[in-house]
Amino acid sequence: MSDEVEIRGVRDMPAMAMSLGLMTYNKTGSWRNMTPVLDPEKCNGCMLCWKFCPDVCVSADDPPVIDYDYCKGCGVCANECPVDAIEMIEGATPPSGRAEAPEPAATP
Amino acid sequence: MAEKKEKKKKLTVPEEELMYSGHLACQGCGATIAMRYALKALGPKTSFAIPACCWSVIDGPFPYTSLGIPIFHTAFETAAVMASGLKAGFDIMGKTDVTSVAWGGDGGTTDIGIQALSGAAERNDDILYICYDNEAYMNTGVQRSSQTPWGAWTTTTPARHFKKLPKKNMVDIMAAHGIPYIATSAMAFPEDIVKKVSKAKDIKGCKYVQILASCPPGWKMVPEKSIEVIRLAVNTRIWPMLEIEEGVYNITRKPRKEIPVADYLKLQGRFRHLTEDQVNEIQEIVNFNWQRLRWLEESTQEMKEKYGRATLSVPAG
Repeated sequence: MSDEVEIRGVRDMPAMAMSLGLMTYNKTGSWRNMTPVLDPEKCNGCMLCWKFCPDVCVSADDPPVIDYDYCKGCGVCANECPVDAIEMIEGATPPSGRAEAPEPAATP
Repeated sequence: MAEKKEKKKKLTVPEEELMYSGHLACQGCGATIAMRYALKALGPKTSFAIPACCWSVIDGPFPYTSLGIPIFHTAFETAAVMASGLKAGFDIMGKTDVTSVAWGGDGGTTDIGIQALSGAAERNDDILYICYDNEAYMNTGVQRSSQTPWGAWTTTTPARHFKKLPKKNMVDIMAAHGIPYIATSAMAFPEDIVKKVSKAKDIKGCKYVQILASCPPGWKMVPEKSIEVIRLAVNTRIWPMLEIEEGVYNITRKPRKEIPVADYLKLQGRFRHLTEDQVNEIQEIVNFNWQRLRWLEESTQEMKEKYGRATLSVPAG
């Protein structure tokens, strides 16, 4: 008898297994009804938008890049920006790709 | 452009992320920011015990996760004891460098989980308990908890019969246990969270950190004010930032300007029903609490100078 366990789906997993995948498949960008748009000209690189993003979708680059696949459009970045470089625009672009749970792979 | 590059290097908090996009929090959730910065301070060698609370939902359905660390979902009342057990397990396995953290909401910490937390504090188990305080049972639909402040609306204390009891003083309850480190922080101050959580991580014994986190749906406010409202909570002194090290109180942030507490209350729909007299009453509570803390700070520091310690219990080595 072999000790190896073959995992084909969620049902085959051991009862005490740790998580086998990240929630990043869940493109929360589809929740958005206001879209933040950053003006790189006005940006002063204070990184407050990166610091206060609840969805970790603003990169720590200069100027920051907003990941619209995950942005829920809460508007915290536009409210916190000291130089008003981020504007909230009505409407949303749908996130790229379909939000579908992948089959659990091996432990990351 | 060169100047901008200089500025970018001045990130005041670690850049490494252990929380990933795609989680299930509401727009503008304060608890996620608290988690993000607590994790930046704790690093990957951490295990979490999470009772029923917002974060057990935000994390995502099994077998997926939005955190880069192992999580143990526990029953509502057992977060602290689970963290103690995990720590004992790690010690037996020789993994002494792993921090065992219990991460609960205010209901799971101050109402339902208080017996387990009190037990862990009494045994002085080497765990870190972090409570993110959104001042009600937000996950189940805004029911009153013992951390709901005086005057607040919740679904079980509707506007006509708003909560007429003050917020339970959890910090002093924990201080009475004589544990080595207790702190309060607020999620609008990431540097403060990182500083206090990394300090707690390095101390041996039971540590308790309470982080005020806003909840836009439960506090009935617009999500973009999520950070602003917490900043006001600290600046209006309704939420004092404290550190209690072996019984010695230390107010870590003393706002120079006195801002009326009404500024904080009027941002939130849960205080909309309050009359001017009632707002003044809250202001009086806040002023009194602040005076009390200043007095505690002075007297405990004096006690420490005089007697070498300011707590009944002897701290564990």
